[in-house]
Amino acid sequence: MSAASSQRGAASAAGNGHQTLVRVEDLRVHFPITSGVVFQRKVGAVYAVDGLDFEIKTGETLGLVGESGCGKSTTGRAILQLIRPTTGRVFYEGGDLANLKGKALRKQRRRMQMIFQDPYASLNSRMTVGDIVGEPLLVHHMADRAGRKAKVRELLETVGINPNTLNRYPHEFSGGQRQRIGIARALAVEPNFIVCDEPISALDVSIRAQIINLLQQLQREFGLTYLFIAHDLSVVRHISDRVAVMYLGRIVELAENAVLYETPMHPYTQALLSAVPIPDPAAEEQRRPVVLTGDVPSPVEPPPGCHFHTRCPAAREGLCDVDDPVLKEVRPGHWAACHLITGDDYPHIRAGEDDLGVAVEDAVHPGGESA
Amino acid sequence: MGIDQDTLLRLTDLTVDFASQEGTVHAVNKVSFDVAPGELVGLVGESGCGKSVTATAILGLTRMVTNATISGSIIFEGRDLVQLPEKAVRDIRGRDISMIFQDPVTSLNPVLTIERLMTEGLEVHLGLSHSDAIKRSIELLAEVGIPKAGRRVKDYPHQFSGGMRQRVMIAIALSCNPKLLLADEPTTALDVTIQAQILRLLKRLSADHDAAVITITHDLGVVAGMCQRILVMYAGRMVESGPAKPLFAHPHHPYTVGLLRSVPRLDEPRGTTLQTIAGLPPDLAHLPPGCSFAPRCWLADDECWQTVPELVETDPGRASACFHRDLLIAGAEMPA
Repeated sequence: MSAASSQRGAASAAGNGHQTLVRVEDLRVHFPITSGVVFQRKVGAVYAVDGLDFEIKTGETLGLVGESGCGKSTTGRAILQLIRPTTGRVFYEGGDLANLKGKALRKQRRRMQMIFQDPYASLNSRMTVGDIVGEPLLVHHMADRAGRKAKVRELLETVGINPNTLNRYPHEFSGGQRQRIGIARALAVEPNFIVCDEPISALDVSIRAQIINLLQQLQREFGLTYLFIAHDLSVVRHISDRVAVMYLGRIVELAENAVLYETPMHPYTQALLSAVPIPDPAAEEQRRPVVLTGDVPSPVEPPPGCHFHTRCPAAREGLCDVDDPVLKEVRPGHWAACHLITGDDYPHIRAGEDDLGVAVEDAVHPGGESA
Repeated sequence: MGIDQDTLLRLTDLTVDFASQEGTVHAVNKVSFDVAPGELVGLVGESGCGKSVTATAILGLTRMVTNATISGSIIFEGRDLVQLPEKAVRDIRGRDISMIFQDPVTSLNPVLTIERLMTEGLEVHLGLSHSDAIKRSIELLAEVGIPKAGRRVKDYPHQFSGGMRQRVMIAIALSCNPKLLLADEPTTALDVTIQAQILRLLKRLSADHDAAVITITHDLGVVAGMCQRILVMYAGRMVESGPAKPLFAHPHHPYTVGLLRSVPRLDEPRGTTLQTIAGLPPDLAHLPPGCSFAPRCWLADDECWQTVPELVETDPGRASACFHRDLLIAGAEMPA
């Protein structure tokens, strides 16, 4: 264990025997904003990922949820070194990926793959399905021509695509089938770890369940470890063992699935969960969702202190808007970054009587004469 | 069957076909339903089921598509929008019937200020003077919850966030006091916390303005909390309709059952595997001769493959287009 991890603490469930596969320490990805044509001056930065510490254990599915722009996809890409982190370290089986380059990095990449969100954009439309799925084998010199073909057929069969279609092009397949092809490509190099970046959000409702079931079946079959990135909290609950919630570049809460969904402690997690619509009018009637006012602030100028304080109903002036909260273990295996969580006490966010929030309240009768 | 006071909109056998190289695409196939004044209706289905085409037909936009053929009738306040000349429809479109589109980023003209975007409709449809239209625009922006509306009206769309842009869209849609609002996936492009804001706003504004809203979505959760009545479409046909609560609690069509079973729910215990609807939605240019859901249905028999089932009343106010509806009414479960 390095000094950094003991200091900041990598979020992990203590002592349940699972080995750590991926460990992220103080990961930051800042995209520079430049100005000028010839001499590019750096005038600012998008703080996409701003200090993450967490672990992914062998064989588990870690769900990473958050709203658009919170940095969850950047996190996934930075772990795979598809985007180089600004600072911080990513350990894969104990080795730091951030220091690796060229051949050494490519060798490690064989162990880690990615499934992308949009199956229409992530498959080369000029390559046949056989070439798409076989390309990783070629790149990593894993099989000769005949071996490749046999392996591709086997992979297609595994993901539920007719192996006789390997000479077809992606446009001949439906969205769900294309996503299966993307999954076959990721599996080709026999990885241990797969980053699934919103793998079902581009698919039709009736197809989503098929892909979720496939991912779970493959995990059992091949002992895969997933980082499952999604904005749909119901899906993440269904598939994940542990869940991390991100807000504006930081993890605000991380816990075992059941714990996070049953006793969310961070005000943002509480609000997020209460806003998820439930497909049942009777259940919806009983709920009083917390409606957060305002929008997510820009990651170019994240608010000082806790990034969530501008929308937090429980925020305390002079504390939350000044000090950065640290992600700490508030209960065994349950990590949260909030000043207001002390001991067993945490802020309970409830829906107010005025359910439209402040922005509307002071705006409904602006001149006193609106129709 | 005359139009009574309780019907604002009545679709009868609306059919929209598009000519294509692959053959005729049957986008909407004999769809009939009523909407009462002020009613909140949810039109649910997957992509390609014809829900958006139905909305564009109500708005009279399909008539501009050269390869489209429309038949059936769309009676709005006693007038058939399918038969009306374009000039008359143009008076209704944007004033009595308006629309909120899915993507607030692409559906607002980026080179016009919010003021220009808003005042256009007010001046054309309501004949307001420019200064009155600006005044009204500011009131509307304030009503949909845009802070400092007086100043923001001079801004361009890119200066607003996604949620705020959708509020602007709603303000524009409401500006001429429409009697019917078509909301096509109004929250799909938005985040969960913003979605909750927008849905509440829509529901409240519908009551304040006494406007009926047809919410078109693929997300059953969105309509569950908002709509009184649900219409389910599959492959261009209406397969089930009824009041929201009983329909969600006890669906009478196997497709609705499958849709509800295949999405994980936050308030239910975690299952290990999700139930799935096998296969894919059919190609609208080559529909199966019988029920279009038959190839994916666990109840399908010979009759289903040969004959298209009609929408038949199952309970008061509820209807299902399934030959095996009695099995479902009796409580037949979907096999795992």
